Amino acid sequence: MSTLPQTETRTVRFGVVIFPGSNCDADSHDAVGTFAAAAARYLWHKDTGLDGLDCVILPGGFSYGDYLRSGAIARFSPIMEAVTRFAADGGLVIGICNGFQILLESGLLPGAIHRNQALKFVCRLVSLRVENATTPFTNKYNQGQVIRVPIAHMEGNYFIDAPGLASLEQHKQIVVRYCDESGSATKEANPNGSLANIAGVCNREGNVFGLMPHPERVCDPVVGGADGRGVFASIINSITQART
Amino acid sequence: MTNKAGSKPAYELLGLRASEYDDICSRLGREPSYVELAIFSLMWSEHCGYKHSRPLLKGLPVGGDCILQGPGENAGIIDIGDDFAIAMKIESHNHPSAIEPFQGAATGIGGIVRDIFAVGARPIACLDPLHFGSLAKARQRFLLEGVVAGVAAYGNCMGIPTIGGEIHFEDSYEDNCLVNVMCVGLVRHGGILKASASGEGNLIFLIGSATGRDGIGGASVLASAEFDETAEEKRPTVQVGDPFTEKKLLEACLEMRDRGLLVGLQDLGAGGLSSSASEMASKGGAGIDLDISRVPLREKGMEPFEIMISESQERMLACVEPHNEDSVNEVCARWDLDATVVGQATASGRLRIFNAGELIGDMPVAALVDEAPTYVVEPLRPSHEVDEPLGEDRYPQPADLNQTLLTLLASPNICSRRWVWQQYDHMVQTNNALWPGGEAAVLRIKGQKRGVAFTTDGNGRRCYLDPRRGARAVVAEAARNLACVGARPLAITNCLNFGNPEKGGIYHQFKEAVAGMREACQALGTPVTGGNVSFYNESFGKAIYPNPVIGMMGLVEDVSRIQTHAFKDEGDAVLLLGGARPAVDGSEYQLRIHGEVAGRIPDVDLELEKKVQSLVREAIIKGLAKSAHDVSDGGLACCLAESAIAGGIGAAIELDSSRRPDILLFGEAPGLIVITTAAASLEPLLELADGLPLKQIGRTGGGRLSINAGGAALVDVPLAQIKRAWEASLEAIVAGNDAPAGS
Repeated sequence: MSTLPQTETRTVRFGVVIFPGSNCDADSHDAVGTFAAAAARYLWHKDTGLDGLDCVILPGGFSYGDYLRSGAIARFSPIMEAVTRFAADGGLVIGICNGFQILLESGLLPGAIHRNQALKFVCRLVSLRVENATTPFTNKYNQGQVIRVPIAHMEGNYFIDAPGLASLEQHKQIVVRYCDESGSATKEANPNGSLANIAGVCNREGNVFGLMPHPERVCDPVVGGADGRGVFASIINSITQART
Repeated sequence: MTNKAGSKPAYELLGLRASEYDDICSRLGREPSYVELAIFSLMWSEHCGYKHSRPLLKGLPVGGDCILQGPGENAGIIDIGDDFAIAMKIESHNHPSAIEPFQGAATGIGGIVRDIFAVGARPIACLDPLHFGSLAKARQRFLLEGVVAGVAAYGNCMGIPTIGGEIHFEDSYEDNCLVNVMCVGLVRHGGILKASASGEGNLIFLIGSATGRDGIGGASVLASAEFDETAEEKRPTVQVGDPFTEKKLLEACLEMRDRGLLVGLQDLGAGGLSSSASEMASKGGAGIDLDISRVPLREKGMEPFEIMISESQERMLACVEPHNEDSVNEVCARWDLDATVVGQATASGRLRIFNAGELIGDMPVAALVDEAPTYVVEPLRPSHEVDEPLGEDRYPQPADLNQTLLTLLASPNICSRRWVWQQYDHMVQTNNALWPGGEAAVLRIKGQKRGVAFTTDGNGRRCYLDPRRGARAVVAEAARNLACVGARPLAITNCLNFGNPEKGGIYHQFKEAVAGMREACQALGTPVTGGNVSFYNESFGKAIYPNPVIGMMGLVEDVSRIQTHAFKDEGDAVLLLGGARPAVDGSEYQLRIHGEVAGRIPDVDLELEKKVQSLVREAIIKGLAKSAHDVSDGGLACCLAESAIAGGIGAAIELDSSRRPDILLFGEAPGLIVITTAAASLEPLLELADGLPLKQIGRTGGGRLSINAGGAALVDVPLAQIKRAWEASLEAIVAGNDAPAGS
């Protein structure tokens, strides 16, 4: 995925929330920093100001230790009120792994997460099929494109009731699904037992996106791949498009 | 001295000898109070006092151009250039894990991680060498599952990738599993912290979790005696981990370091407050006054001695100048951590304990930290150690060598460890330049061209047969693993796992292993930066195999020029590098196929080893080697099979027929490496070898692994078959099914 020209100044501003127990905050921050057009700053969970930001990232980790249901405490952090307002005003919000769980707990995205079917933490590269390449988070991918992105979670088994699933399908809110290398969303390719191989969903408006896989971990070929760059490139693209 | 528990004197119940008690009395000039006696018993335990190991460890090489900090601090620190340095340390959590595998392993990670950030480094990876009994037994599967889950729970939550380690299964570990944990951290030179308390009137802060009765005398008590049928009763001495609090503690400590708020920082591990306070005072050449009435407690009614020896987890002790008190409180409050001033540094050279103003203990720091008695035992060479190797015809030759290969590939000691490392977050922090499962782990340093490589190695079976040769071989293998990814070894940390050193046979093993380690470290230029000794890995009088586990770090000049063991392309030349002569003695083949552990292992030629390793490293950096794989467990045949599986490419190999086929295929000897190279690079590679033993033995390609010798086909199996045997084994065993060897 190509980056914007180096001559551009860093005009697209990301905020990365640090909850106590976040541990992918620096990875997300560093991934954004590899894009010439973007800059990232950290947001403390007790802060409430999101002024001047284009996109908020809720990173992976174990917020509050996740000793309770994942994300169940973090949703009550002061910053989540601000994030909820930010999203209601159309701001872009992406939750990765634990960030996705927090978005589900806070009701910004529909559905819930169960423990992995195998009841074990699983960390490995998986294949994802881009189901909706029109969102602000996926517009630099092709529809149906298969990308390789790692997962690392104990609780990634997405669930929603039947009407909820129908609604997700109808409004094209299923953004990425687990698939095999040829792009088939088979049972064998599903690493955690998630319903309909769902790996990530967006809200109906399309400005809030959550996914279990970690695109920020594959933004540099030196560490195993660059397929995750498209997510950040898409966000930057949609912000710059909206400005022109 | 009052007697708290009936007939035996209190010192004996605390694990001290009568002579040691007399020694304490003479140093104090009086009988100790109970709290003093409890503190002495911890500091003079084998675990904290290194009573049987100190005299021998003195002989190990510790200095070097790149060594910024050697043994004695919480972790060794190695300069890697451009103001960056690596902190590293390995420790054991064997005894707690044998009793409670999940929490034992989890708190093992917690402890070693604290050692790393205590020196000011940000932990960037963990590696965990594990040894269990045979998985045929349900209890061993329970231990494996529990330990792996514990490592995963703590490390994953902390956001520290677990990037390597190793797993071995041998009957000798059945009652004493080995759970060794290694952590490495990255630090700028200016950010290095010392564990010292100094400056009269400086404040001693206790930061982190409240202190409870959990783990009263846990690590130090457990690690200083053999197990017997009362082991189960010791479960309450195993601590419970809280990685979330430790993550906050890590961030708060590094923030305080960045803001220059810390004079010294020390973690609370084995021996709790007693050990941490006295070691901080010792390193600072100072004294410390503690008031235990200020220590935040988890429960009411704790006795003073309990507060002093509690091994509650996730606590740090910091020495802070008084004018920084508010800033420390502010940082800790922001991270929702308790921070309490529990004492101050003095110039007295004494550890004084107060309880709400009343003096209840007053001991010289030096007596606690440096003057634990040491013991030398008369070594006794066990009868199973022999001078001569076994004859080549000791065992019948297997009729079907294909089946032997499949059986070995499915051996729990050789098969894929994916089931384990997939449970560890091995990618967080996004520095992993290689996936797990290779020769060594490589991490990039963000913003730098260079990287660092790490490996751990241990081989108790070889050390059992010959502790000196075994230890030499283990150090050499660690260095070889690093060379095979293109790294230059710089230093080691070691975890020495042995039985009861009071016995002559064990003392002999320890002494010989330390000597072997010294020789290899000197020859290969890898000084020892610290580590840990774990004695009393013994139950019902039966000891584990002597097992010095080595953690080694190396430098990669250019992280884009590293290599894996996987075959890369069809038609590449396969070469065998090294001059060692494989033998059946101590091999996986001997154990798995012939059910014996006997003989004398071949010795490693350290001078040749050094040359062989630099050749492989040069070849990788110059782009001449497209894969490199150390010939290890399972011999040459398993080595070739592993490279074929990893690359998805077969090979046709032709060996000379001077040896018996089974020994040719599966015999082991330290010092052999299989490398592949493009046809066009063959000449330059042979030229680079400059007379070192390097010869072509075949070509990559096709969907089969075939190995011939003198025109006779020894092995010829489809790649898919060896892949299945190697890949599915561990998962099937853990699930309680038989290994699908050869199926």
